[in-house]
Amino acid sequence: MYKLRRTMMFLPGNNPAMVKDAHIYGADSIMFDLEDAISVYEKDAARLLVYNALKTIDYEGTETVVRINGLDTPYWREDLEAIVRAKPDVIRIPKTQTARDVEKVEKVVEEVERKAGIPVGTTKLMAAIESAMGVINAYEIASSSKRLMGIALSAEDFVTDMKTTRSLEGTELLLAREKIVLAARAAGIYALDTVFSDVNDDEGLANEVRLIKQMGFDGKSIINPRQIAIVNKIYTPTQKEIEKSLRVIHASEDAKKKGLGVVSLNGKMVDKPIIERARRVLTLAKASGLSIDEGGEELV
Amino acid sequence: MSENKIGREIPDYIENIGELKPYESPFAYQPTTRKFGRKISKTVPGQSKLLNSIEEAIIRTGLKDGMTISFHHHFRTGDYVVNMVMDAIAKLGIKNLTVAASSLNDVHAPLIGHIKNGVVTKIETSGLRGPLAYEVSKGLLDTPVIIRSHGGRARAIESGELKIDVAFLGVSCTDIYGNANGYNGKSICGSLGYAKMDAQYADQVVLITDTLVDYPNVPASILQSDVDYIVKVDAIGNPEGISSGAIRLTKNPRELLIAKYAAKVIEASGYLKPGFSMQCGSGGASLAVIRYIKEKMIEDNIKASFFLGGITGSSVELLNEGLTKKLLDVQDFDLIAAKSIGENPNHFEIDASYYANPHNKGCAANLLDVVILSALEVDTDFNVNVMTGSDGVIRGASGGHCDTAAGAKLSIIVAPLIRGRIPTIIDRVNTVITPGETIDVVVTDRGIAVNPLRKDLIKKLRKTNLPLFTIDQLKEKAEKITGKPEPIEFGDKIVGVVEYRDGTIIDVIRQVK
Repeated sequence: MYKLRRTMMFLPGNNPAMVKDAHIYGADSIMFDLEDAISVYEKDAARLLVYNALKTIDYEGTETVVRINGLDTPYWREDLEAIVRAKPDVIRIPKTQTARDVEKVEKVVEEVERKAGIPVGTTKLMAAIESAMGVINAYEIASSSKRLMGIALSAEDFVTDMKTTRSLEGTELLLAREKIVLAARAAGIYALDTVFSDVNDDEGLANEVRLIKQMGFDGKSIINPRQIAIVNKIYTPTQKEIEKSLRVIHASEDAKKKGLGVVSLNGKMVDKPIIERARRVLTLAKASGLSIDEGGEELV
Repeated sequence: MSENKIGREIPDYIENIGELKPYESPFAYQPTTRKFGRKISKTVPGQSKLLNSIEEAIIRTGLKDGMTISFHHHFRTGDYVVNMVMDAIAKLGIKNLTVAASSLNDVHAPLIGHIKNGVVTKIETSGLRGPLAYEVSKGLLDTPVIIRSHGGRARAIESGELKIDVAFLGVSCTDIYGNANGYNGKSICGSLGYAKMDAQYADQVVLITDTLVDYPNVPASILQSDVDYIVKVDAIGNPEGISSGAIRLTKNPRELLIAKYAAKVIEASGYLKPGFSMQCGSGGASLAVIRYIKEKMIEDNIKASFFLGGITGSSVELLNEGLTKKLLDVQDFDLIAAKSIGENPNHFEIDASYYANPHNKGCAANLLDVVILSALEVDTDFNVNVMTGSDGVIRGASGGHCDTAAGAKLSIIVAPLIRGRIPTIIDRVNTVITPGETIDVVVTDRGIAVNPLRKDLIKKLRKTNLPLFTIDQLKEKAEKITGKPEPIEFGDKIVGVVEYRDGTIIDVIRQVK
């Protein structure tokens, strides 16, 4: 089944009020930050708080992600030592430059899993690409580990590296976004877009989400619960898309019942990718709270 | 001591207050007396009501030891009137007074001194906040404070249970004969809904204003035929504290989430239909509910018949955009509302009895479809506390909470499940203001609980994707994070007696240690 990752909400790992119920706003994933949002004086406090939160709070099925500190810092190993034991769904590696970075993290994650008696491979990884080098190596990174569930663009560092700034149109990110989606698709993992930092510009956010959805991204990082509804609305399929998808699925179910190898709808052949897309549309529709008349059958 | 119907220990008698009737159920109590009538007085041609000072007014009213004086709280935290009048009274050496204010707040801390000096020995009010509330909680007064709801105060005044000897009423403007309102002048507060009661029933009425206008200042909220004296002072209040600007709409994601849930509950309840009526508080989540409801009203072309109660700019917007026919306004919370009441005839000023008195021929609260209310604590019997904090200290107001909960077809509590590290839903609230049998739904950021008495609502809400839980499940969710709070230790002394709107006693407040 296609797992929804439309929104990954960032929150500072040292803020108990936010950490305790980050999942209630309906983000598909929540990301506890130990890196940029945390000052060096607070690194251990954040690590400890996130560790305990993951151990004690029931996040009710929301995907939990922890962004560890960069591999160029003295903190990332300690982050992994603690956090892997608390069993988040995903560890996010910041500033990934090469496949070697992912391998380095994977090695430590595996060690900790073994020490803690956690089945090896439990902890998934994702890589954030934040530099020109990272973008150039996007496919190599995306295909570097079985644990990798996705790669993400992190634009702030990227534009600095590119000696430019962010614009509302996102011209400066165009190639990076394309390369990242392409690499993710080639590797069969998720492609996640960067944050939109102006929480008061709903229209700007909506425009950017429309763009990245059309480019093929699975979702976007967000920094405020108020951004969730805006992203989800754009990822919500239209009634027309839903109806078409239902017809595709019904045709495929019919063909299966009749033992037909080829599915056809209105005289046209429906092949596997179309069926897959239809399933994804219905998953998105359901997640958006739309009621779908499925003719009594569980289709997605 | 005896237990009332919701299991609260109520003394049978309290010195200086009298016998107490324990609370039974929302509409059980049958009044038997006649309406109170005040002393008749006369004003002859040529007689001036305009006096030079508050002291002179106090002397002219013949205020004596042991009497009851009253104030309103329309000037909220901007009020200068209570402190000015009390200082003047203290200077004149009058003692042993009962202060019966519609509410008291942080700015009334100087009352502490007047209590210590014996000027004030008894307080009757809807709310108490700040240092005065803290001192009362610690046992400052020998006689417990009587806490009444807004409807309950109107009832007590009309029944003569609360007899006011002299009412000192601040008004933003009046003419020289006492035709006054709250929407013109330097320090406008809008509706004078609570003050209207005192004006009609107090033996003597003194208006205090900073703006005198030409006679006749009609239409008026308070009429000349009810007014004995008028005093002009430099300022009756600080406009900043009375009603500044518009209350800003919240951006707090938690409040928005709660509001979104509440709006969905209202939508699914079936009460949101043409001609519906509603009341919302001025809190962040309450106001945000209006915003979400408004979207739905426009979408489905639904127009309300009236919005009731404390009015804010958000309700005024609905009126101006034709989404509600009337505003029935007992009190205003911001400048937009305070101005509108003087400009728009469909923004209608009502008094506290019309608003919520359970013992008149029918109050507006009876016709409410939906009310959104806040809570400091809710217990697993749905009883609500808006009066005392988790430390047992008084820090709130009864307000129209129990009045509108009893009247409305759908009463919704909006509150975060946890505040800081304190759970909102607990086994037993410190102080019951509103009995659980009048609360229908509790909406928190972590889930929604419907009162099991409302099987119809449960059925309707089950058809939605709202996160429904039992109230016990919500309590457990909170306790999983906060742990179970230690019970507060109270002393034996009773510092407050909480009347239900019908005058029966729903709870008492004990001294904090």
